[in-house]
Amino acid sequence: MNGGRIPETIIEPGGGLAGLQLRELWDYRELLRFLVVRDIKVRYKQTVLGGLWAILQPLMNMVVFTIFFGHLAKIPSDHLPYPIFVYTALLPWQFFSSGISSSGNSLVANSHLISKVYFPRMIIPAASLGVGCLDFLIAFIILILMMIHYGIYPGLGIFLFPLLMVLVALAALGVGMILAALNVTYRDFRYVIPFLIQFWLFATPVIYPVSIVPVQWRWLINLNPMAGLITGIRSSLLNLPISWPDIVISGAMSVGLFMIGIYYFKKMERRFADII
Amino acid sequence: MNDPAMRVENLGKRYRIGSVNERNKTFREAVTDKITAPWRSMKNVFRKQADTGEERSDHIWALKDVSFEVKHGEVVGIIGRNGAGKSTLLKILSRITEPTEGRVVMRGRVGSLLEVGTGFHSELTGEENIYLSGTILGMRSNEVSRKFDEIVAFAEVEKFIYTPVKHYSSGMYMRLAFAVAAHLEPEILVVDEVLSVGDAQFQKKCLGKMELVGREGRTVLFVSHNMSAIISLCQRGMLLENGRLEAMGDMHKVVTRYLSSGTALNGNFTRQGNSGGKKLEIKQASIEKNGKICTLYYNSESMVVRITYAVLTRLTGAQIAIELLTESQECLFSTTNLDGDYEKRELDPGSYVAECPIDLQMFRQGTYYIRVTSSIPNREMLDTVDDLLVFEVYDDSSPLLKLGQNRHGIILPLIRWRHTLNLPLT
Repeated sequence: MNGGRIPETIIEPGGGLAGLQLRELWDYRELLRFLVVRDIKVRYKQTVLGGLWAILQPLMNMVVFTIFFGHLAKIPSDHLPYPIFVYTALLPWQFFSSGISSSGNSLVANSHLISKVYFPRMIIPAASLGVGCLDFLIAFIILILMMIHYGIYPGLGIFLFPLLMVLVALAALGVGMILAALNVTYRDFRYVIPFLIQFWLFATPVIYPVSIVPVQWRWLINLNPMAGLITGIRSSLLNLPISWPDIVISGAMSVGLFMIGIYYFKKMERRFADII
Repeated sequence: MNDPAMRVENLGKRYRIGSVNERNKTFREAVTDKITAPWRSMKNVFRKQADTGEERSDHIWALKDVSFEVKHGEVVGIIGRNGAGKSTLLKILSRITEPTEGRVVMRGRVGSLLEVGTGFHSELTGEENIYLSGTILGMRSNEVSRKFDEIVAFAEVEKFIYTPVKHYSSGMYMRLAFAVAAHLEPEILVVDEVLSVGDAQFQKKCLGKMELVGREGRTVLFVSHNMSAIISLCQRGMLLENGRLEAMGDMHKVVTRYLSSGTALNGNFTRQGNSGGKKLEIKQASIEKNGKICTLYYNSESMVVRITYAVLTRLTGAQIAIELLTESQECLFSTTNLDGDYEKRELDPGSYVAECPIDLQMFRQGTYYIRVTSSIPNREMLDTVDDLLVFEVYDDSSPLLKLGQNRHGIILPLIRWRHTLNLPLT
């Protein structure tokens, strides 16, 4: 037999499991797919409305926000109808927030796998982001209907939209991985996540336009990656002028968050099976 | 090709066990304890950062200085009592957890099977679970597709393959789960105690499959408490004790050594000091095989419960009794030293020995407990041994083993029937 063809595995403390091992991640891509499919199939089992929930959640949020913030609090919406103004931001926000909460809890939820079989652990938070993608696509249909209703159509900026969504996904995965790793050791984070999401929502121009923030503080709000990205997404969908500096700062922040997430996750990964 | 499939060098794994805080004495203390708990654990969080990993008392070595080699195509059995480090070793070899020290080199794809039904989701159908579990265990999806029919046939669940597994009986569930695992084809397979599931017939089928795996030239590491299975499957074996490799070699010899050396289970009780004021005191109680304390038996063997007791004042009608309990603490039977001898005996002060021989033939495989007491029936309790004696029985001779079928009942006596031809049909 050709000895060189036999894969060799070396197990050492702090050695064999470290490093990013992109190749191995690629080898396990089918597992990622099956986990996403599992989560999607299981998600709305035993619910009456099923996939409708994916539409109802952002829709209800939009209605509530429109009533309270649009009509009662009279928050400006850059001269756009408040419903579509808030919905264009709620779409990526919902993706982001459900992404960090499901991936943040994903390791603990899959602890039976972690203690019984080996595979690159990063697959788990990544897969839980996958379910959000489907919800996002379903909710997007509503947006198209709203655009037709209000007669507001995207311009060339729409081509920026996929890139911005990828950046949102990177930020969500970065935060999700950090939270997931923390959650393994300190279950406190299960309770921290909902608060984090709530605070983050108010720190992000979802219900208000970024234009109410004074120009000299604009850079500060963009340190929140979701701020620049959500404003950018709103502009690209509703044919508004695109503010490149905002997108560049927030985009860099989200890539940074993603890198920190990978680094921290990798660092903690070795101990997951022992403490979960 | 002469390189070993697996080389393990000085492997060690240290676990941190939480330090046991003193128990709360009052309710007030319990409340303050709960309130201050967050601060204490916060302090721990920051202290952990400074922890340099030096030897500490709240660390235990689950595995220490384990070295061995396994050749290609070898089937190696691993035995040892609970907590000996078997599972830790398998977890390291299957890369679930990292060793604290040492090194393992493995040549070939490694598959591990530490649990039956890894990744199964009860809401999904049998078909969906085959794919999910298969990919989780490291199969490619086209590999699963290729073996799909074979897996379904092996599990005997053809009719229910599109039904969610939550509607399966536990037997069907186990069969399907094992079928997926049995069709893994790595060069090195690491298997934990998985044969204890399922009915006897399926167990036999699984054993057959495992034997086949071995014959195909794959390397298998196999943990089991089923001594007869492990002897029939493995040529070589290793015995782990307290995290160390105690013996490695011919499987049969290793098993014999394990069964004869087993004294770590509580097979002996010795009373320390005088309890004072008692009329009769049980000094020592032990379970013995051939005059030596032993806690591991085949059911083809027999054991002796030996009780040494002291009578301090003259007693009439005192008896020594033992109760034999199953693992779930049900009483299997009880017996006394006065059974079959109903004269009220008088005991003068002095030291006595009572021996109770027990034939283990009708015992099922499992763990049993013995409680030793002394009393004057219907009058007074004289003495009780607080600790239960523990022993384990391994099956090497029951009808269940020979026929591979399931049987009801707590005990399993081998009863030889009389069977004659009464009227020939000619």
